[in-house]
Amino acid sequence: MPVVSSPHVHGGDSIRLTMLSVILALLPAAGVAVYLFGWLAVYSMLSAMTSCIVSEALWLRATGRDMRRALDGSAALTGLLLALTLPAAVPWWMVVLGSVFAIVLGKQVYGGLGFNPFNPALAARVILLISFPLHMTSWLVPMSAAHPPLNLYDWHICLAFFLHGPQALGMSLDAVTMASPLGHVKTEWTRGIGVNEALANYHYRYLDAFLGREAGSLGETSALALLVGGMYLLARHTITWHIPFAYLATVALLAALFNSIDPNHFAPPMFHLLAGGLMLCAFFMATDPVSSPVTPKGRLVFGVGCGVLTWCIRTFGGYPEGAMFSVLLMNCAVPLIDHYCRPRVYGHGGRS
Amino acid sequence: MGLKRIWHRLSGGVGGFHGGVDVPQNKRTADRPIEQLPLSPVLIVPVKQHIGEACAPLVKVGDYVRRGQKIAQAEGYLAAPVHAPAAGKVVKIEEHRIIHPSGLGLPCIFIEPDGSDAAETLTPWPDWAERDPGELRERVRMCGIVGLGGAVFPTFIKLVRDQHHPIETIILNGVECEPYLTTDHRLMVEQADEIVAGLAVLRYMVGAREAVVAIEDNKPDAIEAVRAALARAKLTHARVVGLPTRYPQGSEKQLIETITGRQVPAGRLPMHVGVLCQNVATARAVYRAVCHGEPLTERVITVSGDAVPNPGNVRVPFGTPVRFLLAERGLTDIDEVCVIHGGPMMGEYLRSVDVPVAKASNGLLAFHSERVFSLRQQEQPCIRCGHCGEVCPVNLVPNLLADHCRNDAFERAEQYQLFDCIECGCCSYVCPASIPLVHYFRYGKGQLAKIRRAEQFAEESRMRSEARERRLEREKQKKAARRQRAKQLARKTDDAGGAD
Repeated sequence: MPVVSSPHVHGGDSIRLTMLSVILALLPAAGVAVYLFGWLAVYSMLSAMTSCIVSEALWLRATGRDMRRALDGSAALTGLLLALTLPAAVPWWMVVLGSVFAIVLGKQVYGGLGFNPFNPALAARVILLISFPLHMTSWLVPMSAAHPPLNLYDWHICLAFFLHGPQALGMSLDAVTMASPLGHVKTEWTRGIGVNEALANYHYRYLDAFLGREAGSLGETSALALLVGGMYLLARHTITWHIPFAYLATVALLAALFNSIDPNHFAPPMFHLLAGGLMLCAFFMATDPVSSPVTPKGRLVFGVGCGVLTWCIRTFGGYPEGAMFSVLLMNCAVPLIDHYCRPRVYGHGGRS
Repeated sequence: MGLKRIWHRLSGGVGGFHGGVDVPQNKRTADRPIEQLPLSPVLIVPVKQHIGEACAPLVKVGDYVRRGQKIAQAEGYLAAPVHAPAAGKVVKIEEHRIIHPSGLGLPCIFIEPDGSDAAETLTPWPDWAERDPGELRERVRMCGIVGLGGAVFPTFIKLVRDQHHPIETIILNGVECEPYLTTDHRLMVEQADEIVAGLAVLRYMVGAREAVVAIEDNKPDAIEAVRAALARAKLTHARVVGLPTRYPQGSEKQLIETITGRQVPAGRLPMHVGVLCQNVATARAVYRAVCHGEPLTERVITVSGDAVPNPGNVRVPFGTPVRFLLAERGLTDIDEVCVIHGGPMMGEYLRSVDVPVAKASNGLLAFHSERVFSLRQQEQPCIRCGHCGEVCPVNLVPNLLADHCRNDAFERAEQYQLFDCIECGCCSYVCPASIPLVHYFRYGKGQLAKIRRAEQFAEESRMRSEARERRLEREKQKKAARRQRAKQLARKTDDAGGAD
């Protein structure tokens, strides 16, 4: 006899709707990626999403579970998120490999949806970064329509580049890449050049960074597009304000504090907020429900932790960007954070 | 928290509670006047219709009973007597299936009504204001009155004057936040004067100064009716508060928090924050018992749901079979129908309609089975979105709590305040993974209660066995001492004999 337990009605929310809403929220960023990197962005995103869904379906089949679960939207979302964190110039096999890493090593080995301690897309990106550091740090010059021979808006040329690499076009990758603002500042600092001078000789402009007209991963460059998507998620109540707010505020506060102490060594807060993967991580990675805390207080702690780690890694670490690592590191602490940040239950102290 | 108190004062005393959900109201019977249901050919009256101990039948098979006659008597303290819902003959007394999640039966008194008007009432006390509150309390107890909001807790127990915890505020609960249900709504519209009179009696009994009638703002006609009745009755320090419609506003603890800004401390009662909370239908029943001497023998039930051809609000004698009641409202073919006792959020799924309605029955909802979520619920893994915690009116972390219950980690579940869950169902309602969280909590509570009972039993056994060992030891020592004395005595007599 099946158990029939109240409530007998339901609000109608589902995992699929949740995942679709996040995908929808990523569309502005994806649109900017296509605008900046043309067909390469399209190929990367499509192949990542497809590989994620296919590898999830195959894994589910191999472990004797319902293959239709691969279509619940979570695999597609992981694929899209992964693609948006990749540089535009990565070859197809790296996209596919990363997708398999994300689904198998990042998610399914722990038991599938809901059981992964880490954000699968970020876990896969770290594996790729460590395994293929050169590919993963070669940033294509954006909007290079007339950058012979790689015309980003010619689907044929891009397909050849995507499938066979730069040598298929008889060019070297170096010819079409540049440093990201974060990378540039870090390199200059190691050469003894201060932040202000480094930004000046990079021709850095805040407006470019805000709109996204700069080198970087496919979906991370435009703070504007990410903010639009993030606001949609907040309005739809898919995420709460706690993590993005705590994360961004912590980075901004730390940057402001140290920048006021030594402006030549420490980058200004606005530079930090607009640079690298911070916005993408704050609104879409750190807020991944499965690998972040469920309690409001826990989410604030988590956000602050991400912020501190991001700023520290960017400022003192070997890598120019630390958003990804900081989210993954904080993912480890989630069970502990949740346990100690439980809200005060009705009738236990407080208002009585 | 201080800020919240200040906000509560500033916002005119309606502070609200944590979480809650907006559920489609579906109050389609809100405009249907209360109708009297015809008598069923047989009434099946359970000897227990309240929270507490079962009553003992006072009648025998073949006895003729009059409406209002006491037919089962309370033996313990926490109990409410049962009265005959109609005049007629007792045809049998035997165990019958009742409305209870266990599906188990209970002794029931079967009455075949003869359609006569023979009734038994107590002396009406229109002069209640000159009587001792203790006397009134005994009247409420004798009339079998229980909380009619659904909890069916014997009402007289709450009607005490405790000098350590004086009642300052009496809250009449006319919130009725469950979707579909409109019994309290109709009662307030049609019987506002009796409700207000009941409020006056209750307030006199507990000596409260302030009286509040709480009604959700989706019932403007009820607010209007009760306001007018209060004005007619010239009750001082009494007001109607219109509350925003938000489930579970009608839950006692949440209502108290909304009205007074205070939370009832865990494990304590509303009286510990100076509040008495009663349902509006209970207040009316108290009025009928005191001023007309009528015991509780019937109540208003909402019959609704998309499978009911003729939904409405009906006055039903206790003991009426659900099958008869549904048939009266045009629903005879119940094969593909899911019947729910109570509201859709907290109500109980009925496996059989051959059960009698009782004091707890505030609604009977019948839906086409394929439209009932709980019947086709497919649980998916938790994605930890945290919506459950956001809507929880007691501020639990439902998903973690459900994990502990599912993993049989009951100690941990208790640490996560499992017993503070009020089973309102908000968490399950919003869960995108369709997890039956409330079900896990009920399971956890049941298992923990079982563990506690076993522990208590083991403890008692241990104490008994230790007591036995101590007793045996004492007896052994006593025996040894006696033997010693006897020996000494013998030696003494021997010595004495020797000396002879």
